[in-house]
Amino acid sequence: MPAQINRILLLFTAFIGLFLVVRHFLIPETFGQYGHYRGASLDDISSREMVFADKEDCFACHDDIMEILENEMHAGLSCLICHGPGREHVDDPQLGNINKESGREFCGRCHDIHPSRPLDVVNQVDIKTHHTEKTNCIECHNPHALWEGME
Amino acid sequence: MAAAGTLVLSSVSRPFNVLLMASDPPPEEGPWWGIAIDITTCIGCGMCARACKMENDVPDEPFYFRTWVEQYTVLNNGEVKIESPNGGIDGFKSSVPEEEIFKTFFVPKMCNHCSKSPCTQVCPVGATFESPDGVALVDEKYCIGCGYCVQACPYGCRYLHPEKKVADKCTLCYHRLKNGLAPACMEVCPSKARIYGNLRDRDSEIVRFLKEHDYQVLKPHLNTGSKLYYNGLTAEIS
Repeated sequence: MPAQINRILLLFTAFIGLFLVVRHFLIPETFGQYGHYRGASLDDISSREMVFADKEDCFACHDDIMEILENEMHAGLSCLICHGPGREHVDDPQLGNINKESGREFCGRCHDIHPSRPLDVVNQVDIKTHHTEKTNCIECHNPHALWEGME
Repeated sequence: MAAAGTLVLSSVSRPFNVLLMASDPPPEEGPWWGIAIDITTCIGCGMCARACKMENDVPDEPFYFRTWVEQYTVLNNGEVKIESPNGGIDGFKSSVPEEEIFKTFFVPKMCNHCSKSPCTQVCPVGATFESPDGVALVDEKYCIGCGYCVQACPYGCRYLHPEKKVADKCTLCYHRLKNGLAPACMEVCPSKARIYGNLRDRDSEIVRFLKEHDYQVLKPHLNTGSKLYYNGLTAEIS
């Protein structure tokens, strides 16, 4: 074989060798573990901090509310809908670090009359006209026991 | 054992074998997550979109969403109006006089976690993928932010994160799933319009839902293998 071909072949081999070495160091260890991606990224994603608590966490302390709720319209609803996110409160239970949504606007998100809202799923009132002398729904309705003390 | 597994698998996956629902689970063990959304029970409170932003640190601006709710209004003259003010996070006000409405409903949208996802196929660096349990995810450390996947998703479920400069999308709250908790949007849904579950488990809530409802996927002609099944999907919805 002519010398110039040998030199080119040598150069090529060196290049390919260098490429393989560089590639080896650049590709993360877990790449290709499950597929064409970095396997460790599954752990990265699943180790993120949770913001919302779990409903079960609530009832570990508030079993009295759980009993009241059992036969109520709001039974089965997650506490976190009105009290969320709640993670901070679960880790360090204090009065100040839990949400207590109650305003006309907030209740109206589910209960305000709206043409797109299915009637058989949720009770609806017109929050613009329903007992406007009261500012807050919870003045009459206890969210945990809705018809308590009412006729 | 294997025969029993195949039997269970085939009985679960049979409804998906219809050409429209080409999402057979791969023959591995473990969960295979799917989602069901019931349009007929969605009350449009927007709690899901709100909770999602809190849980996943999604930017507040009204054009970054991992999940959002659309309000469809079909007018008497046949015109379809689709609105989603701030993704439904602040609730919905009806903008059309009631006499003009033919029908109207809410449609929650989120990632379909397709089993043949167009978004993961176009990634040039292997930063986005379908996990072994059927969740489409993004590797933030690997993503170069080219935005290919954003334009490849036929459902508009991805965006470029303005601070991280990478593609971001619904992870089905993978960090919660792995801890046995429901995704944030499902946790706060008051009307149980959103259901998630293991499609391989015959007793799971989602398989029961699929048995009892006439479900459909969005854009079935694209053959994305979508695992987000809608009940009450009508021709107007895209």
